[in-house]
Amino acid sequence: MVVLGLLGVVYGFMDANSVTEDNISEVIAAEHHGHGDEHATEGHGDEHAEEAHGEEYGESASHVDDSHGDEAHGGMTKHEEHALHQIHNRPYSALYVAAFFFFMIALGVLAFYAIQYAAQAGWSPVLFRVMEGITSYVLPGGLLVLAIAFVADSHLFVWLKEGVTEVGHENYDKLVAGKSGWLNKTGFFIRGLIFLGGWSLYRYFSRKFSLAQDTADDNRNFKKNFRISAAFLVFYIYTESMMSWDWIMSVDPHWFSTLFGWYVFASMFVSGITVIAMITIYLKSKNLLEFVNDSHIHDLAKFMFAISIFWTYLWFSQFMLIWYADIPEEVTYFVTRIEDYKLPFFGMLAMNFIFPLLLLMNSDYKRINWFVIMTGIVILCGHYIDVFNMIMPATVGPRWSIGIPEIGSILLFGGLFLFIVFTALGKAPLLAKRNPFMKESEHFHY
Amino acid sequence: MEASKVIHAIYTDDDVLMSAVKKVKAEKHHIEEIYTPFPVHGLDKAMGLAPTRIAITAFMYGCVGLTVAIVMMNFIMIEDWPQDIGGKPSFSYLENMPAFVPIMFELTVFFAAHLMVITFYLRSRMWPFKKAENPDPRTTDDHFLMEIAVHDNESELTSLLQDTGAVEINLVDKEDAH
Repeated sequence: MVVLGLLGVVYGFMDANSVTEDNISEVIAAEHHGHGDEHATEGHGDEHAEEAHGEEYGESASHVDDSHGDEAHGGMTKHEEHALHQIHNRPYSALYVAAFFFFMIALGVLAFYAIQYAAQAGWSPVLFRVMEGITSYVLPGGLLVLAIAFVADSHLFVWLKEGVTEVGHENYDKLVAGKSGWLNKTGFFIRGLIFLGGWSLYRYFSRKFSLAQDTADDNRNFKKNFRISAAFLVFYIYTESMMSWDWIMSVDPHWFSTLFGWYVFASMFVSGITVIAMITIYLKSKNLLEFVNDSHIHDLAKFMFAISIFWTYLWFSQFMLIWYADIPEEVTYFVTRIEDYKLPFFGMLAMNFIFPLLLLMNSDYKRINWFVIMTGIVILCGHYIDVFNMIMPATVGPRWSIGIPEIGSILLFGGLFLFIVFTALGKAPLLAKRNPFMKESEHFHY
Repeated sequence: MEASKVIHAIYTDDDVLMSAVKKVKAEKHHIEEIYTPFPVHGLDKAMGLAPTRIAITAFMYGCVGLTVAIVMMNFIMIEDWPQDIGGKPSFSYLENMPAFVPIMFELTVFFAAHLMVITFYLRSRMWPFKKAENPDPRTTDDHFLMEIAVHDNESELTSLLQDTGAVEINLVDKEDAH
């Protein structure tokens, strides 16, 4: 998987770089050909769409082209230069989306794990080792995300463009310059390392105490874990929102939303829980988790169901507030998405909401393993598209597709994720011993 | 219908009651009714009661509520008088849908919840001024009562129930089957 993915990623970069300043005009000409057909067949002649269309063009022109400067250079028109940037951005964004997606799964599981400790849940201790296995990806995954952000630089983050903050420079952007106190490269990476450091420190110590509890003769390690989990959750909720501003919202530096951090959290939380359920079912099918019964799966499926709805609630709250007020500087975010990403934008709603809502509502279905796996696959794909929708419109705009660079990146990071997680799972017995709630958890029955 | 006889076996502990239920079931006696002061976990399973279908009714009521909301707002806001209110696109239902979602959601919940509760009242025959059907007032406080119909096997049943730890066994005439 990793090899195949790597090949795909390399191909993506070569493909993107084959489009250069020399042949950009032809590429665009070819594109327009296909584009015209699409428009004719689509036939969305309703007034609203038209209205929004005009608005979007005005907005996105000021949005991106501001930073391009006014005159065309290198013999290219402004439009061509713009398109070239988008084509070049694509493999970076594809990598970034996939890297972030798998990282956020691990981070979501870490949050879930900490909540289970802090809440002293009686049902989940049998799953702690599975969760610990998954969270082993937090550190490498997070570093990879940062590394890609470092390499991709202004391919992903327009506020990293040269001269954005310099008055008089052709790339000067007053709005971004005003935010440069927060959005600057040094700050971005220092913050990123602090976030990652905090998360992986918690993960390191909770794992250590959890293993120490196996051989201890009192509950000291468990109590320590309880305390650091509570502290971690406070740290996490702050850093998670900041991370979402830094790593995701800042691809659209002109746009902001207050509940964005929660929205990203819901996305990572539900995909994390889904992965816990899927890996648990997989290990159980290999007879490695005999102490896990249907009721545990049922509980995980309930969480998948409930957090899917929670995600939708946040998605809708964010969407509806902005749609309702229709303030131009905010609404462009959704206008570009609805115009250029209609299928992924509304498709993810079906995958992340309607599908789990209808399939996981029945209490009996939540106990059927293949049902949970099937719903889980749809939820995971849906949340990949969710991340895709958050990043891509800002970097490649209408030139998106899910092709070799995207699938290659998914394979690459998916393979890495599975490799790291299952290596970590092999390092410790799958049943934690001497956890004070273990007996209750083993006999958990719903 | 002539008056039939029933046995009332009274217990003071829910664990004892549970094992008694299992024993009586194993002996293939029909348990008419059990009165308890609080829900005893697993009692319905031990008695072999069919699972409730009230969740399914709630789902259907929810669908009704959603339909009512959509039909109502589509008629009022789109078909009957499509005014321009603050620039909202009242051209088709879909275009203005986000504004309707809060009402769609609330009506779905409203219908599902209220109709399900009413269904529950109807199915369990509860209403104001209904005569309480309590055979022994102590069962609302700290006693458990199992009611078994008698078909000329009074002594056999009595000894069986005595074995199960009943603290009191009464033979009562039952005037009407409710």
